[in-house]
Amino acid sequence: MDEQGLRGLLNEVKAGRLSRRAFVQTMVGLGLTAPLAAQMLASAGIAQAQPKPMGGPTKRGGGGMLKVLWWQSPTLLNPHFAVGTKDQDGSRIFYEPLGAFDPDGNIVPILAAEVPTTQNGGLSKDGKSVTWRLKKNVQWHDGKPFTADDVVFNWEYAADPATAATTIGNYQDITRVDKLDAHTVKIVFKDPKPFWAEAFCAVNGMIIPKHVFEAYKGGKSREAPANLKPVGTGPYRFVDFKPGDVVRAELNPNYHRPNAPFFDQFEMKGGGDAVSAARAVIQTGEYDFAWNMQVEDEILRRMEQGGKGKVDIAVAGNIEHIQCNQTDPWKDVDGERSSIKTTHAFLTEPAVRQALNLLVDRASVQEQIYGRLGQSTANFLNAPSRFNSKNTKWEFNIEKANQILDQAGWKRGGDGVRVKDGKRLKMVYQTSINAPRQKNQAIVKQACAKAGIEIEIKSVVASVFFSSDVGNPDTYRKFYTDIQMYTTTMGAPDPQNFMRQFLTAEIASKENKWQGRNVTRWKNQEYDKVFAASETELDPVKRAALFIKMNDLVIENVVVIPVLWRSVISAVSNRLKNTEITGWDSNLWNLANWTRQG
Amino acid sequence: MSKYVIRRIAIAVPALLGISLVLFTVLALAPGDPFEELVTNPNVPPEVTARLRAQLGLDDPVAVRYVRWLGAMLQGEWGFSFASRMDVDQLILQRLPTTLWVLGAAQLLGILVALPIGTLSAMRPYSVFDQVATTLAFIGFSLPTFFTGLLFILLFSIWLDWLPFIYQADIGATGWRWYWEHLRQAIMPIAVLGLFQGAALTRFVRSAVLDVIRLEYVNTARAKGLSERVTIVKHVVRNALIPVVTLVALQVPAIFTGAVITEQIFRVPGIGSLLIASILANDTPVVMAITFVFSCLVVTFNLVADVLYGWLDPRISYR
Repeated sequence: MDEQGLRGLLNEVKAGRLSRRAFVQTMVGLGLTAPLAAQMLASAGIAQAQPKPMGGPTKRGGGGMLKVLWWQSPTLLNPHFAVGTKDQDGSRIFYEPLGAFDPDGNIVPILAAEVPTTQNGGLSKDGKSVTWRLKKNVQWHDGKPFTADDVVFNWEYAADPATAATTIGNYQDITRVDKLDAHTVKIVFKDPKPFWAEAFCAVNGMIIPKHVFEAYKGGKSREAPANLKPVGTGPYRFVDFKPGDVVRAELNPNYHRPNAPFFDQFEMKGGGDAVSAARAVIQTGEYDFAWNMQVEDEILRRMEQGGKGKVDIAVAGNIEHIQCNQTDPWKDVDGERSSIKTTHAFLTEPAVRQALNLLVDRASVQEQIYGRLGQSTANFLNAPSRFNSKNTKWEFNIEKANQILDQAGWKRGGDGVRVKDGKRLKMVYQTSINAPRQKNQAIVKQACAKAGIEIEIKSVVASVFFSSDVGNPDTYRKFYTDIQMYTTTMGAPDPQNFMRQFLTAEIASKENKWQGRNVTRWKNQEYDKVFAASETELDPVKRAALFIKMNDLVIENVVVIPVLWRSVISAVSNRLKNTEITGWDSNLWNLANWTRQG
Repeated sequence: MSKYVIRRIAIAVPALLGISLVLFTVLALAPGDPFEELVTNPNVPPEVTARLRAQLGLDDPVAVRYVRWLGAMLQGEWGFSFASRMDVDQLILQRLPTTLWVLGAAQLLGILVALPIGTLSAMRPYSVFDQVATTLAFIGFSLPTFFTGLLFILLFSIWLDWLPFIYQADIGATGWRWYWEHLRQAIMPIAVLGLFQGAALTRFVRSAVLDVIRLEYVNTARAKGLSERVTIVKHVVRNALIPVVTLVALQVPAIFTGAVITEQIFRVPGIGSLLIASILANDTPVVMAITFVFSCLVVTFNLVADVLYGWLDPRISYR
């Protein structure tokens, strides 16, 4: 369906000839599900449906102890210092953002009274400001009221480089945050900001109290006692924290939502490994919930048989993909390999990349290695579904790959490996050390051999591969091999930052200390233009179309070969209800509503 | 005697300095990054990581970092953890009680098993009891603790469902239940470590007792008409234990390091699991502090063993 068709449908809804629900369902059929549909309706001037009533506890307390396992445990409890999801989740027990992202990527108001829209005056027409109305009956755990001052303070705190907050990226596009009254704040952005929910929402948007942290802004941020003893607004309040071991909390009797939370005590135990964590939830039932089950599906299935828990699969935007280096990784230019001044001997040739694309057996990878933990896909950008392109497809076809290479003039040499103009079709394929990835490498290598491409496999320890250490030649950012594979996470239900990694301006090089995100070093003016348009496009329909276009450009040009669209996997006790795990926010975003049956 | 101790301590100082230099260099040269997760997160600008690295001094040359670390250490500043931005000494102190309780109990169990079995074996060498004990001891110290640990979990937690396999430092119970729960969860890690220690110790006790039991003065004791019990307990074991005691002292640091894996398997929040987590997170200050504490333990307990030996056996003199 094109843009006009969508507009027509929107008009139908406006006129009352089509119900909201029917509209959303049509969109679902088109692969443009709920989140976009809702956002479309909102921007078209149609009242937002009430957020779906979330099932939750019917009375506060009485639920006993809730025990969860994080096999990597939180090491600090200040959300602005969180290094990974473990710290974000640990902080989320106590701190809350203005809005959270549900499994569909919709915003759910938490500390906000409502989600800002154009109708309620929350979103300005020029997209440069957003006004949040805050909930009025919210108290910090120490009894002080939560007000607009706290929100303003969080911006000042995080945006100050001296604080060394890891959330600074979410706040640096803000010019100022104005307190309009005690419970209203206006955020003003430098430029129109289509994804205005980047600040103050979800994992990087948790609000810390001004009166506790005021004295520890900037250079003294590390000394704040509250970094390890949080005072938040969340459903549970602080009891005890041992970094790297356990976080304990108890019911917050003054929580701002009625009849919540259900549990009297909360415990997050850390450490160990993913398999035994899965065992403790699914098999023995010692724990109620376990995070991030990086365990082979076969093992999980075996545990589930007759067990006390099951696996929960939430859609996210994480994509395991193979990248094709556009530059020459074997030539040293001014102390740098894969320099932008070079071009790859054969990977810049479309025929070779197309052939490679046909040689990745995504179905086998999915079935034999990942099972339920992911889906095979043709797209780099898969979720939320409004951004999922329907214009692409993938196939595994060795014959066709052979044909393409034959036509392109690559002749098989005596050893079966193709040669053209004295260049051998041989590639070094690197990835991090991780059993599924090594199996994946083997599958690709085998298929490539049948097409006359020689693959040399290289595996790098994960802590090196994903390091920011500029001195190390084996990091994925340096990309000193022909092809490489890893997972890029998306983190937010908006692809703006995610799609940055194909911009010419973001090319990783010695000059920018390999901090650029464009690791493939692909240059495409059209892509750059479309991306620039998406940065200021406020119409969600047009914007989604722009992202689909970007995805298609990447896929058509085989800059990367998507292998597997990975989901977020948790282990949940059969008795635990309302976890509503989302791929766009912390696992604990809905913690206030968790209950246990029986 | 006190002169000897002072001299030994004086020798230990350059040794510890050397150890710290090697540790620091190895850690600094080892690849890895405390901000791995930030690096792969598309929503965190790369400048953030770069700034953090600069702030924590990770971009400075190794020599500068070592001198800075040493200077701070000499003033009693252990530095702070990159991962939790908390002072390292606090972090270690938090973990210490659990480690001491589990390791202490394991060591005690090891001794309680080894002493009687080793002595009985030595009293009747090559008897059926000795053969069985020897076989079991060999199996005991041949099997690595990570293997027996997993075996125990499979048997007692998964199949029989008797014992929990996740250790909790704080138990939300009081009175007798508190003790009971603590004991229940500690049984497996203590048994795994204690039996491993005990197995090696059994062999040692056996040979020590064998050495003594053949001596003339034992025959004299028997000839005096002392009962077998008194002969063994008062005359044989007391002398045989001198080398055993020093061995136990020498083993203490080894137990600390050996407990690392067991702690990880049972999620015991001790120093060992802190070490593993810190190594995985590339949290250099914590790794440095713990390894340094371990090396101090080795040096100290070597000294303790020597001093103890002389105190127990007056024939040894110090010069």
